[in-house]
Amino acid sequence: MLIRRPADIAPSEITPRALFEDRRRFLQTLSGGAVAGAALWAGFPSTARAAPQKLAPLTPSPFNVKEDKTPYKAVTTYNNFYEFGTDKEDPAANAGVMATRPWTVKVEGLVGKPRSFDIDEILKLAPLEERIYRLRCVEAWSMVIPWVGFPLAALLKQVEPQGSAKYVEFISHYDPKIMLRRPVLDWPYREGLRLDEAMHPLTLLTVGLYGEVLPNQNGAPVRIVVPWKYGFKSAKSIVTIRLVEREPVSSWTQANAAEYGFYSNVNPNVDHPRWTQSKERRIGEFSKRPTLMFNGYADQVARLYQGMDLQKYY
Amino acid sequence: MMKDSPPRRPAMPPIGPIKVALFLVCLLPLAHLVQAGLTDALGANPIEAITHATGDWTLRFLLITLAVTPLRRLTGAHWLLRLRRMLGLFAFFYASLHFTTYIWLDQFFDLQGIAKDVLKRPFITVGFAAFVLLIPLAATSNSFAIRRLGGRKWQSLHRSVYAIAILGVTHYWWLVKKDISEPLLYGSILAGLLGIRAWWREVERRKQLAGEYMPKAKLGRKVIQIVPK
Repeated sequence: MLIRRPADIAPSEITPRALFEDRRRFLQTLSGGAVAGAALWAGFPSTARAAPQKLAPLTPSPFNVKEDKTPYKAVTTYNNFYEFGTDKEDPAANAGVMATRPWTVKVEGLVGKPRSFDIDEILKLAPLEERIYRLRCVEAWSMVIPWVGFPLAALLKQVEPQGSAKYVEFISHYDPKIMLRRPVLDWPYREGLRLDEAMHPLTLLTVGLYGEVLPNQNGAPVRIVVPWKYGFKSAKSIVTIRLVEREPVSSWTQANAAEYGFYSNVNPNVDHPRWTQSKERRIGEFSKRPTLMFNGYADQVARLYQGMDLQKYY
Repeated sequence: MMKDSPPRRPAMPPIGPIKVALFLVCLLPLAHLVQAGLTDALGANPIEAITHATGDWTLRFLLITLAVTPLRRLTGAHWLLRLRRMLGLFAFFYASLHFTTYIWLDQFFDLQGIAKDVLKRPFITVGFAAFVLLIPLAATSNSFAIRRLGGRKWQSLHRSVYAIAILGVTHYWWLVKKDISEPLLYGSILAGLLGIRAWWREVERRKQLAGEYMPKAKLGRKVIQIVPK
């Protein structure tokens, strides 16, 4: 017998009440309440988006933060993905042309079993988890995003890192035909982690958000998410993962080493040379909130940096 | 003032209606911002969007104001000068909105945080300096002040707008993370507007130096006296 199930509504379709009300409050603060009606209207979520592919089943994660999630619309329209333009709205407008299938990720360097992974293999490599993480951008704004993925360690173990491998370098896709040709950064975008950082259970090989495959502007089809570091450390649209002996130079460090160090751990006590890092604006909130040491993940990661001068290794 | 007027003098258009129309046009960026705010079109970070828009328009109005004199000289349309005060005041108007956005929406009157920003962040420091320097110009932008100060004093005070514009572009330049293409554009336009003044001044100076008709005794004094428009 066929039992008709009610239509699934993705959690992403529902704007959390708190945010809905928060936006009202924001607008009312601006206008002294004169536009409550307009604000109510403005608060409705947009329904005009194509249904992306769902990712399921998802295992819940013990690392989830309990804070309100940033709405899907903000997560997918306010992005730094310089290959598609340097304004926040550019990636959402321009990244659609990037083909994310077929897609392979080469894992090479100091490993016992170098190989390429097809994106469909990656999706089946380990159980997919939903990880609700804080994201803190170096520009002093933040979000809370329900990512989907599994620990990068699961992939790295498959290639058997050699003893001499101390660092992991990530190289992003670069196609000058569809991406920025101006050398704003040294393309392709490169990032890096220490091997122990890369193997940390919080470091997520990420294939989705809000229960669906990653939108292109968020780094489809596969990226990493390192929640205790500034956002630019989490490379998007990765095509190569290389295990190396020496500290790799990331594109941002190469561009300005005094401002963007290799570690770039979220740290309210070490200011960016041009602005303070002690506070941040959570997207959707009016007042700034204090920035937390290691973005609130100190219990999990502080031991990685024991004995290190974090003013020096910023 | 009239020394370097080109011979051509286009007919004076009706300045009253032009001023009214210009006033309304100058309010369009604000209207656009308010409309975007009411229709949730400011994006995910509305405070940043307001800050950037008001900052952009401050710079644009500064550059437009600085373009009046070269334009007037190149076209002979001297009536343009009568629009300059309004344009300058609109630069100050958008600067005030920009400053208020920072103080109120961005910092929420966190005076300690603001003081720290002004002292420690070079881009805030130069932006703040530019705004503070604009205040006396706005305050003396009326005929009464010109009469009271006297034309020359008033003019030298208002020449600080050159420094203010440089500070403004620097403020933008130091703010951007990496992509300096937009500050570079503003900077190039400003360099052009200041450069043409320097060039005219130099031409004038050479003309006078070469002028054998000038009595020798008066020459030294004359050279120093020359002021660019």
